[in-house]
Amino acid sequence: MDLTYTSEQQAFRQQARSWLESNVPAEPLASFDTADGFEQHRKWEQKLNAGGWAMVPWPVEYGGRGSDLIEWLIFEEEYYRSGAPGRVNQNGIFLLGPTIMEYGTDEQKARYLPKMASSEEVWAQGWSEPNAGSDMAAIQATAVRDGDHYILNGQKTWASRGAYADWLFGMFRTDPDTERHRGITFVLVPLDTPGVTVRPIEQLDGEAGFAEVFLDDARVPVSNRLGEENKGWNVAMSTAGFERGLMLRSPARFQNTARKLVALYRDTVANGEVEPLLRDAVVRSWMDAEAYTLNTYQTVTRLLQGGKIGSEASINKIFWSELDVHMHETALALLGARGELLPEAPGATGVGDWLDGYLFSLSGPIYAGTNEIQRNVIAERILNLPRK
Amino acid sequence: MEFAFSEDQELLRSTVRDFLAGEAPVKIIRELWETDSGRSRQLWSSLAEVGLPGLLVPEDRGGLAMDEIDLVLLLEESGRAALAEPLISTAAVAAPMIRDLGGALADAWLEKIAGGDAIVAVGHPVNRFTSDAHVADLLLLEANGEIHAVDPSAATLIHQPANDPARRIFSIEWKPSAASCVASGAEARRELDAAIDRGALACAAQAIGVGQRLVEMAVAYATERHQFGVPIGSFQAIKHALANVQVAIEYAQPVVYRAAHSVATHGRCRSVDVSMAKRAACSAAEQAARTALQVHGAIGYTWEQDLHVWMRRAWSLAGAWGNGAWHSARVASALFEGTAPTETFGYSAPTV
Repeated sequence: MDLTYTSEQQAFRQQARSWLESNVPAEPLASFDTADGFEQHRKWEQKLNAGGWAMVPWPVEYGGRGSDLIEWLIFEEEYYRSGAPGRVNQNGIFLLGPTIMEYGTDEQKARYLPKMASSEEVWAQGWSEPNAGSDMAAIQATAVRDGDHYILNGQKTWASRGAYADWLFGMFRTDPDTERHRGITFVLVPLDTPGVTVRPIEQLDGEAGFAEVFLDDARVPVSNRLGEENKGWNVAMSTAGFERGLMLRSPARFQNTARKLVALYRDTVANGEVEPLLRDAVVRSWMDAEAYTLNTYQTVTRLLQGGKIGSEASINKIFWSELDVHMHETALALLGARGELLPEAPGATGVGDWLDGYLFSLSGPIYAGTNEIQRNVIAERILNLPRK
Repeated sequence: MEFAFSEDQELLRSTVRDFLAGEAPVKIIRELWETDSGRSRQLWSSLAEVGLPGLLVPEDRGGLAMDEIDLVLLLEESGRAALAEPLISTAAVAAPMIRDLGGALADAWLEKIAGGDAIVAVGHPVNRFTSDAHVADLLLLEANGEIHAVDPSAATLIHQPANDPARRIFSIEWKPSAASCVASGAEARRELDAAIDRGALACAAQAIGVGQRLVEMAVAYATERHQFGVPIGSFQAIKHALANVQVAIEYAQPVVYRAAHSVATHGRCRSVDVSMAKRAACSAAEQAARTALQVHGAIGYTWEQDLHVWMRRAWSLAGAWGNGAWHSARVASALFEGTAPTETFGYSAPTV
């Protein structure tokens, strides 16, 4: 066990820090769930990519830096510390990208990864359907082979970033005689394909963060298939593992929130208006953010030693999503009467992000598989409790 | 950066797990409840053969010269076995304290500790009562900020029967003297501070083992117990409760391991790291106890069922060497008075 950074890792941190200090936009960008904000974020991603920082753990030929996962964690720490914009292409770089790395052909890696790193192509995820949410294996959208193409029909919903994204990844039933997890294929769909209709949905915060996607005889080449035909469930579980377990929510995000919460508590105390009971809630938030970080470093060490992410991703997903809610609830309680103010309210100066963050945190226990589903996974696959 | 145990460390852990399963099954633990001392000198000698009491003792004193990173996994196993022998006071707290103080004290006691021939009880102000003073060959007691080495025959012990029948705790009446003083001033302060961290870390490690064992017992019961024609473990109400405990344990474990690293390497955030570990591990173990009892239902509420062996251990560990509130307060003051690290692993600025 060695819990110190090597001099190379420290140099890497310094390099990332310097680049971010000179390049992070001084003014915050508009939300990436608005048309303007989306393009602003795409431009930022292009800058990040030009600097070689878009996805540091990827091989250089795909737009990465060839870093290991420890360096990726360090980069994430510096990224959040610098106050850099949120990652508009997170469905691509954090979820689909690693899945392509695992299941894609060399041609697919070369075709998709560099444009993902540069955000020339921004990805939406197409997990849910109207009748397949927690019960993901109940999907009904179909892909029927027609020569070198699949003809797609059906409906995806709650497609995050769907409103403005360029591409969508999702599962389609390729074998109509099968049920549940079999006969499903993982397909990559350009959203400008004829027959694809995107209808944005306003989220709880009033912005079009997700969308319904209707597929009506949309034709995509067979080369857009990721993994084998009818084996798409395994591919999707790999994507979900990254989503729940490691990449989507790096510890830096929560450490950063915890640090801001500690600062908010100090400011509140300085203004003499703090409720003493909130002190422990702040301490717990900070300790839990540390625990999440430590757990992640342990996971990354295991991965570097050749291990894989399995069902324990479900444990992570519960922990980070509940931590995020708890931190934001605590912040709003500290803000007292200011907790209900929208960012544009004159009284919300400097603290307007907390309400937005709170609303977003509430989606955490729902997306990437509800926490109830994660608890089932833990009980059945880790504790080996009986399914029936 | 490598946050994992070595193969040797894992091997030693599994050796100790097997050893304890053979030498200290729950039957023995419960038989010891009924004895006067509650302790077994024979069991202690066996533990010494594996090297446990002298794990932190230098090699030239007959010890294994290992550190807290090695020790923490073995303490976890002792918690899994609900072992009540005084490993925390003797191996985790007294041995390194005596090693650090050196001199005649070290000459007199280190070899005996490593050989299993001496048990040491530690009376520290953070603990109102002193555990295992009745079987101790040496008492290390605090008075007025000093540490005194006291012969048990020079002290009067008042037994305080406790909820955990395996726990033996005492009030001690004794008189400090110039002759008994082994450390004072800054040296005593440093050792007393270190003792809290060593004791709390050891409790946290045991609590992890206790929590894991409680979950295993609850899972086994929920799998075999049928109601409404199915195993009760197939109900989501049971699954989710146990999953929640598993989450708590999984997230306490790395915090405990980091604290072990901080103690072993004298990290500058040692106390904060240990306090986080103590609170996380003990609260996970308490949650495990409460949940395992609920999963067992009425049978878990009986004296006969073994569940309460670990439940009571979870509770007594939670209170020893600073309870959750004490440790949270210690983290809070570091956090709000600015001494806590702003980055994990105490990283402050690149030293390139």
